[in-house]
Amino acid sequence: MNILHRPLIPTSTKPTRLRHILSAIRGDKLALFALLIFAFYCLVALLAPLLAPYDSSSNDFMDLLNAELPPYWQSGDSRFLLGTDTQGRDLLSVILYGTRLSLTIGVCAVLIQLLLGVCIGLLSGYIGGRLDTFLMRCADIQLSFSTMMVAIVVLAVFQALFGNAAYQQLAMLMLIIVLGIAEWPIFARIIRACVLAEKEKEYVDAARIMGVSKVRIMFRHILPNTVSPILVILTIQIANAIVAEAALSFLGLGMPPTQPSLGALISSGVNYLFSGAWWIAVFPSITLIILIFVMNLLGDWLRDHLNPQTGKGVP
Amino acid sequence: MSLLSVNHLNVVFRQRHQDLQALFDVSFSVSRGERLAIVGESGAGKSILGYSLVNLLSKPGVIDSGSVKFDGRELTTLTARQWQEIRGKKIAMIFQDPMITLNPVLSVGDQMVEAIRSHTRINYNDAKKLAIEKLAHVRISSPAQRFEQYPHELSGGMRQRVIIAIVLLLRPEIIIADEPTTALDVTIQAGILQLLKQVCEDNGVALILITHDFGVVSRIAERTIVMYAGRIVEQGPTLEIINDPQHPYTQGLLNALPQMALPGQRLNQIQGNMPALNNHPSGCAFHPRCPYATDKCRENTPGFVFSGVSTVACFAIEDMLAEFDPEGGWQGEVEDE
Amino acid sequence: MLSFVLRRLLQAVLVLLTISFASFMIQGKLGDPVRQMVGTSVSVEQREALRDELGLNDPTLVQYGRFLGQALQGDLGTSYYYKESTLTVIANRLPATLELSFCALVLVIVMATPLGVFAAINPKNWLSRSILLFSTLGLSIPIFIVAVFLMYFFAIEWRLLPSFGRGDTTQVLGLWQSGLFNKDGLMHLLLPSVSLAFVMTPIFIRLIRAEMIDVLQSDYIRFAWSKGISAPRIYFIHALKNTMLPVITVGGIQTGTLIAYTILTESIFQWPGMGFLFMDAVTRVDAPLISAYLIVVGLIFVVTNTLVDVVYGLVNPRVRIPGYSA
Repeated sequence: MNILHRPLIPTSTKPTRLRHILSAIRGDKLALFALLIFAFYCLVALLAPLLAPYDSSSNDFMDLLNAELPPYWQSGDSRFLLGTDTQGRDLLSVILYGTRLSLTIGVCAVLIQLLLGVCIGLLSGYIGGRLDTFLMRCADIQLSFSTMMVAIVVLAVFQALFGNAAYQQLAMLMLIIVLGIAEWPIFARIIRACVLAEKEKEYVDAARIMGVSKVRIMFRHILPNTVSPILVILTIQIANAIVAEAALSFLGLGMPPTQPSLGALISSGVNYLFSGAWWIAVFPSITLIILIFVMNLLGDWLRDHLNPQTGKGVP
Repeated sequence: MSLLSVNHLNVVFRQRHQDLQALFDVSFSVSRGERLAIVGESGAGKSILGYSLVNLLSKPGVIDSGSVKFDGRELTTLTARQWQEIRGKKIAMIFQDPMITLNPVLSVGDQMVEAIRSHTRINYNDAKKLAIEKLAHVRISSPAQRFEQYPHELSGGMRQRVIIAIVLLLRPEIIIADEPTTALDVTIQAGILQLLKQVCEDNGVALILITHDFGVVSRIAERTIVMYAGRIVEQGPTLEIINDPQHPYTQGLLNALPQMALPGQRLNQIQGNMPALNNHPSGCAFHPRCPYATDKCRENTPGFVFSGVSTVACFAIEDMLAEFDPEGGWQGEVEDE
Repeated sequence: MLSFVLRRLLQAVLVLLTISFASFMIQGKLGDPVRQMVGTSVSVEQREALRDELGLNDPTLVQYGRFLGQALQGDLGTSYYYKESTLTVIANRLPATLELSFCALVLVIVMATPLGVFAAINPKNWLSRSILLFSTLGLSIPIFIVAVFLMYFFAIEWRLLPSFGRGDTTQVLGLWQSGLFNKDGLMHLLLPSVSLAFVMTPIFIRLIRAEMIDVLQSDYIRFAWSKGISAPRIYFIHALKNTMLPVITVGGIQTGTLIAYTILTESIFQWPGMGFLFMDAVTRVDAPLISAYLIVVGLIFVVTNTLVDVVYGLVNPRVRIPGYSA
């Protein structure tokens, strides 16, 4: 059976597609630049424990005697390149760990979105009928509530329910789950559309006639063809999740100050911004903005590149 | 002098890596009041030709070289502003699908009045009167009422009539109709074609009818141009071409008509497909599908010869003529004589 | 058409019921109304009696029915903190939020429309490319960073504008307290509404540009060109009208985003609107107020969305009424 139906799978397999994208991105300076910066961020996030001058888990990391020291070029204190925060932590280290945390939450949340989206999208598209109508109706309604609104409300209520201390323990998990669940329809819709398009094609019919099971058809035959559109929204979704996480942390509904993400860092820095300790808010803000900016640029570039029908004009 | 003359027109689509040529060396002319048909399968470049005559090619497409003269005036060098005066007023165009040709958010009346008022100084009420007159002229019932309606309230056939009325408003000298009945029900196609023919006759307007359907051509056009893969392959009087097609492609097109097949017989379709723009064959573009193709066809592009019936670009015809014609005797000695 | 409207209304009612049930559950789970009423000095028996009297021992569905009945009569409970009807508390804050959103939306429309149209008409132009690049950049700056730094520069460093609150208000027609009609109020409004507009504008620039590019490729635009109509008329009458319909629908869907952003903006500028009130209520665990806020926001949200959908369907009958469409 395997030998029989394998040639029926369209030739657009993953490695060639990836190579195609990479070769195209080399021709576009802005996109290449964005990709490099993004890769740098990923690397820094992965290696944060190795790169950070101070270990966030060690006891002497926090030392109130060093609190609110300005950056190196203003204080001359070579121990802290970007200065220290209000609790005397080395700002550079905190930012490295914060970036790691923000990216982790963003990626995990989007993985949940992807998982839910793939399952529901495949189900909806392949089975069709009333189930499809119902699921897509739900998707519409869910999408019409903005993620931010849902997340703020849900997390606020949970915080009120659990109390502040207990909530902080669970913050990361809650963030991932809420952001993950809130946006499944985006993936589900795209997968459903792909399934509907692919379902009509001959190779799926052929596979079905040969008695390949439905589940197998969906995962082996249809899913590989949804990679391109998923790739396009993946980057933008992760960027959105990171922004949402930052906003929630800023409101005090996300990561606690003891384990700060970029948003939480900015939040704690804002109060000191007005008393002159600008660096505590400014450096994490710049870090966050650049990260989101390059991800958006990459997402845009992928979309323009993988759906080439945009961008034409008129005489 | 001819009203519109096209000479050695080349149209290319500029791509980042390579230019794709869509029209090759197209030359023809239309006289005042003449009805000309341009025939070919989809992808032959008929619509691109139509759009390039009014400078409405979609974006990467440009006129690379050649000239289009209207009433002696060169059109390819006009500015956007000058084009605005030509379009609608001198050369008008009817599109394929009436369902998407009218702007859905503007009323029929708005779309008629704006056409008049952008070319003539006239007040709204006079323009409206003129518009309603034209609606009646294309045999639309209760025109005053239709004037107020929105496109979605009209049927496809009705919309195409409205479009014809809009086009007539400005008394153009040429109408280019790009497959005007393809998107319509078979039952109303004949009516629209009849109307189109009649309004052209009544107003002395020249018509360039772009179509893939020889059945349509025979009813309307006096002269026919057959296109294949961006080139003209045959042109001549419609009746003669239909009775005695010269080019193998024209023969194929005519043979493929349902009327030509006996009941129960399969339609005689031409084998193969029209080449894509990025995959243009060498020599005569038709040779991969041509039953008479020789090595010469694969290597060289045929020029035009007059066959006695029509002007044709085909080596087979050229060779045949040479055999009969002592003047060109040196060509007759070739091959298996 | 009628069935479409009815279906939308049914859907709206279902969504509202879900929201109301969620708020009911919140109110039940958060805090103990009996303790709020009598404190801890009362004996367990007395408390039980009070619970019975209040119907707190009834089955959940019965309680929910009662909650719904009261809600329909405009009674969403009494705020623990303000000791006032929650609806009154919210109604007092509503104008501030509405004025803020309104001003932000006006700014968004004024800025996004010309920029989006320009970028669509001249897609290859360097200015269009910069507009697009800047809108991507704008999209990448989280609203709280925008708000904080606007406040820092304009209010703290340069002392040009007030940094928090709503300033003076005037009573308008005896209906609401407005900050729109005096200088102080407008000065206070400026920073928050610019912050909101700053993050919403890029979304709309991109939306308008994308829609307009699509429209400009359509056959009816080509036909309009072939009629010899002037370019401004084609762009601003033929194309823009068709562009705005989908933009309005997507704009309607952005209501949720707007509500979320007002919460952030209001917290930063201490703008006495509903969002600020909500975050306060969360800190104070003011359960009735939280649940009332949810219901009111849910109502605003569902009404705008349904209205936008129905209006879109009415204004634009050429659309095949979508059961669901991307």
